[in-house]
Amino acid sequence: MAATVVAPQVLSTSKRGHDSSAGSLLFLAALWLSLAMAIVFLMTLVVTTAVDGAGRFDSALITEYGSKLTPDTTGLRAALLGTLWLMVTTALLAIPIGIAAAVYLEEFADNTRWYNRLVELNLQNLAAIPSVIYGMLAVGIVALVGIQRTGIILVGAVALGLLILPVIIITTREAVRAVPREIREGSLALGATPLQTTWRQVLPSAIPGIATGTIIALSRAIGEAAPLLIVGVAVTVRFDPTGIMSAFTAMPIQIFNWTSESREEFKVAAAAAIIVLLGMVLLLNGLAIFIRNKFQRRW
Amino acid sequence: MGPNTATTAKPGSVDDQSVDAPLLEPQVDNQRDLPPEPSGVMECEDLNVYYGDFHAVHDVNLIFGRHEITALIGPSGCGKTTVLRCLNRMNDLVAGARVAGRVAYHGADIYDSKVDAIEVRRRIGMVFQKPNPFPKSIYDNVAYGPRVIGMEVDDLDSHVEGALRDAALWDEVKDKLKQSAFGLSGGQQQRLCIARTIATKPDVILMDEPCSSLDPIATSHIEDLMVDLREQYTIIIVTHNMQQAARVSDRTAFFTARPDETTGNRTGLLVEFDQTKTIFSNPSDRRTEAYISGRFG
Repeated sequence: MAATVVAPQVLSTSKRGHDSSAGSLLFLAALWLSLAMAIVFLMTLVVTTAVDGAGRFDSALITEYGSKLTPDTTGLRAALLGTLWLMVTTALLAIPIGIAAAVYLEEFADNTRWYNRLVELNLQNLAAIPSVIYGMLAVGIVALVGIQRTGIILVGAVALGLLILPVIIITTREAVRAVPREIREGSLALGATPLQTTWRQVLPSAIPGIATGTIIALSRAIGEAAPLLIVGVAVTVRFDPTGIMSAFTAMPIQIFNWTSESREEFKVAAAAAIIVLLGMVLLLNGLAIFIRNKFQRRW
Repeated sequence: MGPNTATTAKPGSVDDQSVDAPLLEPQVDNQRDLPPEPSGVMECEDLNVYYGDFHAVHDVNLIFGRHEITALIGPSGCGKTTVLRCLNRMNDLVAGARVAGRVAYHGADIYDSKVDAIEVRRRIGMVFQKPNPFPKSIYDNVAYGPRVIGMEVDDLDSHVEGALRDAALWDEVKDKLKQSAFGLSGGQQQRLCIARTIATKPDVILMDEPCSSLDPIATSHIEDLMVDLREQYTIIIVTHNMQQAARVSDRTAFFTARPDETTGNRTGLLVEFDQTKTIFSNPSDRRTEAYISGRFG
């Protein structure tokens, strides 16, 4: 061997990843403070609400109808069932349309056409429109198809469905786009049609992403009160919804109604109802995280 | 067809390859008697391909012989993959791609407006550079093709088994057919993709650098497999590896890229097309000789 021995390079001892200058420490502290602020406010809100509502975590809250005469035992029954009906109907309306629209835009649309680009542009804007507008839109739509009553589950679901449609479309497109091109090419090269390729390869592979995005969208819709107020959802309902043409009330409306009451019992019931609604949202988000982790696929 | 000297796997072939590599002229060990002119299954006449304004391939004329392996070789950007993807209309999927000239399959132009690209791809299968098994079980990967094209098979199980046997994969996977294809090694995945392709009983199999992501052992498996499959199929392979072209192919087409004086865009063109032994031992074009002997590309 030749006698050229290269001296081993002395490694710098300063850890670049853990820069300890005063400026960066300050910056890190500011970041932590911001995070702490967010969490503290959130926790304060949840805890104070839970404490306020502590007196009403009883079975009557779930099983009884809302009542002005017996504020001690006023309950969420109609609102809970109404919200469940509303969410299922919303999902049935929005999910198929949202997925179909996303698949069209991602797999079949010719992006050089002006009308497809127009849809693209508007989708981003639609997701940012105030929810109240969707309530007005829903009322307008059902009036056009000749439905006279507006405070029914179908109309509420149209409003919420329109509200979450852009979110569903955008998240579905992301999920569809994440399916590698090689999978599509492999399918097409075997003589599958583009439709077969979409149906048998792309969509099954995208389902976890689609499910996650859809559930997140629904958990946003579940807390919406504004579009339902525009639609004219009843505030006091003393019967269970029986179908999509049934009048109903929903959790956010019930909470809104109780908080505008002056009697203390309703304030307590409202706080308890808020916790129930929060629990439902957390449940949905938890489900979304579960699906994402369980079915996540690394390509 | 002449006796096939290369079908049996040589025990030392992997080591041979590393010994071969520094040689200037790769050994052509795939000698067999070929007709002077290929009996054309497929044919390109004045094939030009454009991506938008970019002229990717210029005036390619090629004939691909039945039950032969034709290798397309050349430096990067010479358009060999583009030509390959024209042969089963996979270029249709690229936005802005345009094909001029004629690509004939048994005499019929596959770019004729009356011809369905889906139908073309059912006859002319393709294996890709990177193994791309579907996120399904091994069985379902192979059964996918026959299912989607509505192929009438007596017994799907034995059909799948046959395809896996033909792809020399059966013994390795017969006990885990229901397991995900992602659990296989890269070489096994690529043989699965070959099994998937031959399960639809194509006439021609296109292979786009099928060994580029594989180790030498897996590569030698695939090469042996290609030579076996030649008995039933017409194979067209794009490869960066000259030794591979020399080892497996009957005929070789050498492409190169010509830069445009004004734009600098490189247009691919066919330099020379002949029997592999001629290309590697006695090329008629200086550019081929320079490339083969490792002086450029």
